[in-house]
Amino acid sequence: MVLDKKDDRNVWEKIGDYFSANSIWMKWYCTGCGAIEMPPTMTSRFDMERLGMGPMATPRQADVLLITGYLSTKTLRRVIYSYEQMNSPRFIVAFGSCTINGGIYYDSYATIGRLDKYLPVDLYISGCMPRPETIMNGFSGLIEMIKKGEAKGWKHYQENYEWYKKNQLDSLGKIIIEDEFHE
Amino acid sequence: MNVMNFVYGFIVLVCVFIFQTTLTGLNRKVTARLQKRYGARWYQQFLDIFKALRKDSTSHGWVFDFGVIMALGGIMATVIFIPVAGFQAFPGLDNVFVISYLLAVGMLGMAMSAAGSGNPWASIGVARALTNMLAYDVPLMIVIFTMIFAFDSSSLSEISAMQQGMGILGWNAIRMPLGGIVAIIALLGMLGKKPFDSFIAPAEIASGPMVEYGGKHLGFMFILHEFMTFIEVSIILALFFGGGATIWEYLLKYAILYTFTNIISGVMPRFKIDQAVKYFFKLPLAMAIIQGLVVIFTGLGVTLWF
Repeated sequence: MVLDKKDDRNVWEKIGDYFSANSIWMKWYCTGCGAIEMPPTMTSRFDMERLGMGPMATPRQADVLLITGYLSTKTLRRVIYSYEQMNSPRFIVAFGSCTINGGIYYDSYATIGRLDKYLPVDLYISGCMPRPETIMNGFSGLIEMIKKGEAKGWKHYQENYEWYKKNQLDSLGKIIIEDEFHE
Repeated sequence: MNVMNFVYGFIVLVCVFIFQTTLTGLNRKVTARLQKRYGARWYQQFLDIFKALRKDSTSHGWVFDFGVIMALGGIMATVIFIPVAGFQAFPGLDNVFVISYLLAVGMLGMAMSAAGSGNPWASIGVARALTNMLAYDVPLMIVIFTMIFAFDSSSLSEISAMQQGMGILGWNAIRMPLGGIVAIIALLGMLGKKPFDSFIAPAEIASGPMVEYGGKHLGFMFILHEFMTFIEVSIILALFFGGGATIWEYLLKYAILYTFTNIISGVMPRFKIDQAVKYFFKLPLAMAIIQGLVVIFTGLGVTLWF
């Protein structure tokens, strides 16, 4: 699936995108190995608050879902739940080699390979692990993309929901839960 | 009361929003400097609020939506009654009791909305917020009732006018030093600054009452928080630091007081909620009672010390 980059925003969406670009609240999904690179990015050495970025506590409040490192098939389900709880416009930044092609876990039975088969990734930050300089550089790129209206993975997800859903189900399989809430 | 009062009220709301949001942004920079960071842009708080208002939001039912509007409405109504340097949109209605009861409308709206989201973290956050309120309100109210008894007035503008014209020595925080200390500590609790921020603890209970808010709801909550901060700092400023004779004096004192609480917050860890309650019910409560006894039985504090 290739994301189109055509700019079809009206003037209000452009103004809104200016605000979105300069105020990026992130939900960090750090079950992989990348979490250790975030504290230096946040604290006094690199200070990402300069660019208006900051961590938030819940997916409802966040604009960006930052997925660090590999995802096992079990955590993929939780990532999808988290992504679907977020309010649009919402963006996904995938972090580290493992989200691109599986990285060193490319032949593992327990992890997924390409993340963008399951969720619409707007930006990849490659590296194993990406240093804080790379992260800052990557997020400057995301800010530019949001300003130009190129980061529209969330629209893409709405339009191609069947394709994503099929991939998700293929990977996760169906589970049958028997309790009072699922009858 | 005519149509001009409502126009003034609207102007007060707009000015308070712009002033307090700018000040919050500057204080984010102050906090950043304490942590040896460069910090966000001074207008970052505006960007955050407008960004949140721009996003879609998820509803969790009628109570959740209505609670947000009720809270914002209640708090905005309260802001209109706050006297700013003697100026009031509705003259004669700046009674402490009017303000504290109107403030309760906003607080209860917020609690109702958060509990209506159905998230257990939100319920824990609301429970902690109300427990915290119980903790700081008892010592603070003892001091405020003492003051109302001593000065025979419960109007914010009258009490602040009584303190003016004598310089710094006329302030109630200097005349009643123990009461002043209690007021500053209670202000930290009111504003939810550290060490009394256990009800919004982001890493522990996922920001407490705010857990299910996103998009426009969250934007409204941010605006509400700015107004609430203005009310709380203004009450302490008017009662203990003499308000201000002119608007500039008022705003300067306000900025200094708010920044001071923020600096304390920047270097503090966090109390657990039971520790916060125990703390308030020991030293601040004792100081408030001693201050009350001194003022009522000796008259020191009503008359000047010297």
